Amino acid sequence: MLFPAIVTQLLHAALLLALAPLLVGVVRWLKARLLGRRGAHPFQPWRDLRKLLRKQPVLAEGASPVTAAAPYVALAATLAAALMVPGFARGMALAPMGDLILIGGLLAVSRFALALAGMDAGTAFGGLGAAREMSFASLAEPAFVLAVMVLAMLAGTTSLDGIGAVLQEGAVGLRVSLGLALLALLAVALAENGRLPVDNPATHLELTMVHEAMLLEASGRHLALWEMQGALRLALWLALLAAVFLPFGTAPAEAGPLGWLLGLAAWALKLGLLAVALAVFETAIAKMRVFRVPEFLGAALLLALLGVVLLFLSTGLA
Amino acid sequence: MGFGQLSYDMAHLLGGGVLLFSFVLLYQRRLSGVIAAFAAQGALLALAVAWQGWAQGAPGLYLTALLAAVAQAVLLPLALRRLVRHLAVQRAVEPALGIGASMVAGVALVALALMVVLPATAGAGLQAREDLALALSVVLLGMLMMITRHNAISQLVGLLSLENGLVLAASGVRGMPLVLELSTAALVLMLAAVAGFFVFRLRESLASLDVSALHAHRGEREGEGA
Amino acid sequence: MTAAPVLLLCLLLLLAAAGAFAGRWPAPFGIAIARLVHGGCAAVSAGFALLAILALATGGMAPVLLPFGPPWAPLSLGLDALSAWFLLLLGLAGLAAGLFALEREVAVPPRRLLPWPLFLAGMALTLLAADAFTLLLGFELMSLASWALVASSPADAEARAAARQYLGFALFAAACLVPAVGLMGGLAGDLSFAGLRAAPPQGWAAVAVLALVLAGAGAKAGLVPLHGWLPLAHPVAPGPVSALLSGVMTKVALYVMARLLLDLGGLGQPLWWGVPLMVMGAASAVLGALRAGQERDTKVLLACSTIEHVGLVTLGLGLAATLRAADLGPLAALAAAAALLHALAHGLFKTLLFLVAAEVQHAAGSRRLDSLGALVHAMPAVALCALVGAAAAAALPPLSGFAGEWLLLQALLGAWRVGELGFQVLVAACTALAALAAALGAAAMLRFWGLAFLGRPRGPRTLGAQDAPPLVRAALAGLAGLAVLIGLLPGPLLMLGAGAIGALSGHPGLPEAAPLSVSPSVQGADYAPLPLAVLLGLLGAGLVWLCRRLSPQPARRGPAWDGGFQAPPPHLPFGDPATQPGADGFAQPLRRMLGGRLLAAHEAVHRPPPGDTAPARLESGFHDPLPGRLLAPLVALRERLSVAAERLRDLSLRRLLMLGFGTLVLLLLLLALLPGGGAR
Repeated sequence: MLFPAIVTQLLHAALLLALAPLLVGVVRWLKARLLGRRGAHPFQPWRDLRKLLRKQPVLAEGASPVTAAAPYVALAATLAAALMVPGFARGMALAPMGDLILIGGLLAVSRFALALAGMDAGTAFGGLGAAREMSFASLAEPAFVLAVMVLAMLAGTTSLDGIGAVLQEGAVGLRVSLGLALLALLAVALAENGRLPVDNPATHLELTMVHEAMLLEASGRHLALWEMQGALRLALWLALLAAVFLPFGTAPAEAGPLGWLLGLAAWALKLGLLAVALAVFETAIAKMRVFRVPEFLGAALLLALLGVVLLFLSTGLA
Repeated sequence: MGFGQLSYDMAHLLGGGVLLFSFVLLYQRRLSGVIAAFAAQGALLALAVAWQGWAQGAPGLYLTALLAAVAQAVLLPLALRRLVRHLAVQRAVEPALGIGASMVAGVALVALALMVVLPATAGAGLQAREDLALALSVVLLGMLMMITRHNAISQLVGLLSLENGLVLAASGVRGMPLVLELSTAALVLMLAAVAGFFVFRLRESLASLDVSALHAHRGEREGEGA
Repeated sequence: MTAAPVLLLCLLLLLAAAGAFAGRWPAPFGIAIARLVHGGCAAVSAGFALLAILALATGGMAPVLLPFGPPWAPLSLGLDALSAWFLLLLGLAGLAAGLFALEREVAVPPRRLLPWPLFLAGMALTLLAADAFTLLLGFELMSLASWALVASSPADAEARAAARQYLGFALFAAACLVPAVGLMGGLAGDLSFAGLRAAPPQGWAAVAVLALVLAGAGAKAGLVPLHGWLPLAHPVAPGPVSALLSGVMTKVALYVMARLLLDLGGLGQPLWWGVPLMVMGAASAVLGALRAGQERDTKVLLACSTIEHVGLVTLGLGLAATLRAADLGPLAALAAAAALLHALAHGLFKTLLFLVAAEVQHAAGSRRLDSLGALVHAMPAVALCALVGAAAAAALPPLSGFAGEWLLLQALLGAWRVGELGFQVLVAACTALAALAAALGAAAMLRFWGLAFLGRPRGPRTLGAQDAPPLVRAALAGLAGLAVLIGLLPGPLLMLGAGAIGALSGHPGLPEAAPLSVSPSVQGADYAPLPLAVLLGLLGAGLVWLCRRLSPQPARRGPAWDGGFQAPPPHLPFGDPATQPGADGFAQPLRRMLGGRLLAAHEAVHRPPPGDTAPARLESGFHDPLPGRLLAPLVALRERLSVAAERLRDLSLRRLLMLGFGTLVLLLLLLALLPGGGAR
């Protein structure tokens, strides 16, 4: 029991660390292709990381130890959260801890650290980005919790492993509430990862940025850690969406190497599918004005609330 | 009948989809977006009604579905689109009530509809109860859209989406005579036609689609108006 | 053990007496007495904490009658698990505040030394009371002593107005609680807790008790819409006092509410019993958090954050009451555990944050966020403790704030099982509001810590700041350590407080609490903070080690890049202040998103006419419309009453006699008509 759980967990960790930058690279490459450009090689984010690690970091004058410590805190929290999300296998060693509210809390830790790093040097853009990030998060978080409420009502638990198992059985049927929760989670995922239409991950125009504005002062290994954190966060959200809404093909941890291999193929397929969907969506849509973002997230919040209310309808009828 | 059975699942999903598009209508700012959402709602409605026809074994519903598909999903959106192009109105509409506030009101209305329908239909079948609850929500949201928009075309769309709700309600109830359904639909269409006529008149005489411009022309306040 | 509470209370009275004489003595003796009073208060608080732990571990102490008190309401003291839980908070927070005061409050005006021990004694008496009369006695002593402390601060007009409003609300709370207790006691007049518990209020009396206790204890705890006085009065008092006002006194008010409504009157109540608590709690949580993110003054900001957390605790209490009424015992226990744990956690980290604000005010000379900044360099120890407190208040795992909010969210996520559709919708709305409040609170705490401790200095005074002296540092570090400890060990703590949970929920203890983890139910998810902390520590250490190996170069210092902005001119040594976000600038996105409706926020741009070279100005602000709306009719009523009273003064003699006669007849009528009145 214990041994396969630990092996799958370690394998999962290694895969996550290896795949996360690759996933970012693939999305960038796909977007470039869709726009008719050749695009950088999907391995480019890995090369960037290697280059950044070689460079000497420069700290801004007036920066405190916060700037140096924050990226470690943020990456450790994101990594911990990502380890709890089931990937190719279910029932990994950390699965009993993998509760959706805790995952939300760990993401909040990394957001807090990011915002503190943005405010540390006392620059205009850093503070602006931090203020916007925290404000958007205050609408994204209730939407997330309400989506979790839909899942918890259906599965009877907030543990991601348990939810995936219940949905994989298919006993809950097709539900509007699940669809609404999916829409809400998608909107939250876009906002949390700073993707279009909330934020533009490719921009270099400071005024339109939210996430990147906080990283303007980071350099060298600190920037490498932040880049890794961003990539890991994207991988985490895609894996989370896959675990809940595409629950087929996940292998139990006791399935043995062959079962894992099948699970791995299914997982790669799901992540690839989501990456393609993200790339197509981002090419099709324009960034919205910053002050429309609250409306977007508010709509996600209300859709999740609607999903919960419709689920009450179903439970009231049954 | 319950979750896990295809006939119920699909009906639930389609009905919920119609309701979802009522929210999309509330969320949209641009007229083209409003019309596209309305067309999608009509198409989903047609599917929902057709599914009901299959599930209940009532061929009459297929006719309703066909009518919904032709009128609500194709003809009316096309006509509205022409109207917008013809009138060359500004494409973004400023709602009387903010987007966020009207959506909060919308969720509250859905909760209200559930609380009214569920106790009132305690004896009826699972399917019919849920359909009625969803349909009443769609009707209420249509009304909400009519009162929270200044723009005459948005109000028109609100009225038409209200009719979608009525059709959904009629399709869910077993044994509803077709005549009743068709006459209701015809009535609302007539209303819509009259409203469309007034949109033209409004545009011609006031050079605006903002119905609040009419306010100044009411008889009893002529002294302070104009 | 039975003598210990009496002994500690007597000690506090002796200290108050000593404090009363401090002013009569010349300076050196006065200072020695002040030291004695503060040190004594800290020691007594430590005694309270020990007593509470002992009571929690051994199951408490039976009520004892005191040999004095009026014949119709004998005074009695007791210490059951619920009392002990809150007494633990009082002891720990009082100890820290006492240590802080021993350093910073020695040279205070002596009129502050008398009410300080009395304030502690009042709170302790409220918690130790074993009958409703003693409870009210302690509550009033607490109210009056704290009013004396608020009113004793160096007076400007604003402080005096705050103290006046504070007294008004304290009187209002008393005016509500006294009849509530009277109704609960009924005609039998047995005010002991055991007697009250045996006969919970029914029918219209229950409605009246609920409304009166909510108004009375809610006003003291700062629940919306009775919160108006709190952000005015808490900041006026000196540091340790405002720490205890915000951290502990609001919890004592919540204790009174929980004791009267859930423990004594909670048995066999209908489903709606907890609904008003839930509604007021959720509204307080959101409004408090939103205001905390907008205020410019550190202490006002922290007071608003208190409203938020008090709201979350009240939401948990209301949920527990309703779930108990719906016969969902384990879920009710979960909600009660959430409320208790969050009350304890908030009391401690809010004490920490208020002491930090006081220390910052001492060191940097200001409470305004717009004149702080960059203090992390000058006061690293204080900054670290403040960061722990702010992160706990922002509900970040694995600290203490998250544990309580996790339990609360789990209880909310399970509460749909009640099955009543209207209640389910309410639960969904409350869940959304609780999550919104938690996220808004996180934004507010980030703004507080980031603006005060990070960035560039916003005033020259911050450069001269010095880190805290050892005693203050010990108090802050102890509280920060407790914030971590409670966060890591919620399971053992809740097992210790099983009796308190049982008193509130009617279910013996949290269903699934283990030394390492807590869980809402058998199949529910686990929250295991200690393993989580170990995991985070391992991952962090691994990352540091990896980065050391892969990128060994030490960091270099350089000017900030700031998107390519040019360096500021030499007459601006801290850079251009306009390019660093200030208190209002940081709050702008949330003000635009949510402030417009809830806080009547406004923004206006004043542009100079073309050709004028004056800069354009952006003016923004907000005010909380609720207190005004609440107070305006009261003011009008007072006017009308005073006019009527004036008219009474020049009545003729005949009319005056008629007045007396009318009152007599009215009383006789009451006696005749009330059921059972004539029989006695």
